[in-house]
Amino acid sequence: MVDIGILGVQGAISEHKAIMEKTLKELEINGRIYIIKDRDTLNKIDGLIIPGGESTTISKMIYRLKLLEIIIDRIEDEDLAVMGTCAGCIILAKKIVDPVENLHLISVIDMEVHRNAFGRQRESFEQFVNIKNFEKPFPAVFIRAPIITRTWGNCKILSRIDDSIIMVQQDKLLAMSFHPELTDDTRIHRYFINLIKN
Amino acid sequence: MKNVDLSKLRHGTTLIKRGFAKMQKGGVIMDVTTPEQAAIAEESGAVAVMALERVPADIRKEGGVARMADPQVIQNIMDTVSIPVMAKARIGHFVEAQALEAIGVDMIDESEVLTPADPFYHVEKRLFTVPFVCGCRSLGEAVRRIWEGAAMIRTKGEAGTGNIIEAVRHQRMVSTMIKMVSETDDEGLEKLSGEYIQSYVDAFKTLTNQDVTKDTRIFGDYTYETVKEEIFEILKEIQKINRLPVVNFAAGGIATPADAAIMMQLGSDGVFVGSGIFKSENPAERARAIVEAVTHYDDPKVIAEVSKNLGEAMRGIEIENLTQHLQERGW
Repeated sequence: MVDIGILGVQGAISEHKAIMEKTLKELEINGRIYIIKDRDTLNKIDGLIIPGGESTTISKMIYRLKLLEIIIDRIEDEDLAVMGTCAGCIILAKKIVDPVENLHLISVIDMEVHRNAFGRQRESFEQFVNIKNFEKPFPAVFIRAPIITRTWGNCKILSRIDDSIIMVQQDKLLAMSFHPELTDDTRIHRYFINLIKN
Repeated sequence: MKNVDLSKLRHGTTLIKRGFAKMQKGGVIMDVTTPEQAAIAEESGAVAVMALERVPADIRKEGGVARMADPQVIQNIMDTVSIPVMAKARIGHFVEAQALEAIGVDMIDESEVLTPADPFYHVEKRLFTVPFVCGCRSLGEAVRRIWEGAAMIRTKGEAGTGNIIEAVRHQRMVSTMIKMVSETDDEGLEKLSGEYIQSYVDAFKTLTNQDVTKDTRIFGDYTYETVKEEIFEILKEIQKINRLPVVNFAAGGIATPADAAIMMQLGSDGVFVGSGIFKSENPAERARAIVEAVTHYDDPKVIAEVSKNLGEAMRGIEIENLTQHLQERGW
């Protein structure tokens, strides 16, 4: 049995839920999925997904709902597995290029992130990308996406587009600048389930 | 980013356009007319702002032809906030839409709040890289706009009134019909497709005084037969997933946190607030309260709590006392 939480304040929540349900079914694993809006539910889970959405909105809401400190505590004290996609990637970063005021970040991965690095929505794109240890390319969807400008310490690079870093892992923390929840490809969600179980 | 050759990447696909709208879900999009208002909206937790010259309540009061905002106004707002910036083009005014795309707005609202530019056709939205949101009062309107390429649908409601009744009406019209579609057989859906494309047929008849055959081009390069088939496919998808295939927001009359929450409980994916925030007594507090109400739309205690001491809401108008119904614009 594995209990997975999806941060439920704003963004592509139902998309992550749908693809995670599909992943659990494929892996034949019993799992429960919780949409997290309060502190109590946050304490029940083995892994947390921070979905795509608007990073400023999500960051303000996790602060107002007093979820921020519990998430940080559970990562630091209990090694909680966390996956952040797009906005989630920004929220997990220790450093932000050109930060806006009053952004409340979880700040746990040794990386610097540049928000909206490709430009505005008209510059959003789809592209197959190679991910370390994945046999075939992954269909990545980039929407006003961030780029990881540098990493240090324990943070490992899993994927790049040309020279730009787009996916990293630091122990049980996984972050990417694209949206696996907008595709049918469950490989990244499988990878995350394996992180939770190890 | 200088290291990536953007010209080689695939932009503006249906997945990218609809995906952008999905990232707005559970959020509040606020009408703003100045960079200062945009900053207040962003600070309150808005997921995007709609850049305008006048909010609908003022358009209603002052009258005259309402057009796309001055691109400089939109640009100033884009320079102020890091959240997405949307802007409105007139119904059918594809050149206003092209101009908005050129300055880089993140989504275009082909909006009945502005004075329509084309009495026959809405913009052919598939031709654009930037995604569109369009208003609707019924499933037929929603399906036509989706077929034309809209990546997001919103209720029309009755903008600038601060009165929620029309938004509720339109949400109920759409969701009741979706339920009906899910219980309809293929023959019934075929018939419905015919009804839903009637407005394109009527436009052609008015323009040419001739009848339509299956090979008649009734919208852009699309023939009657093609449009009908593709509308049928959209209905089949609605039947399968039991909702619209694109994100569906509420708009047109939301003035309080409870207004926002009722629309969410009725099945909206998020809300637009037009005049409701900056025509109220305490815009910053009200904006923040509406953001929290949308996140906690199913928690009455939170709705009660965030509704306290917000000061006066926008005054609002009874629908019967209106001389002009913006919702009737568009076809």
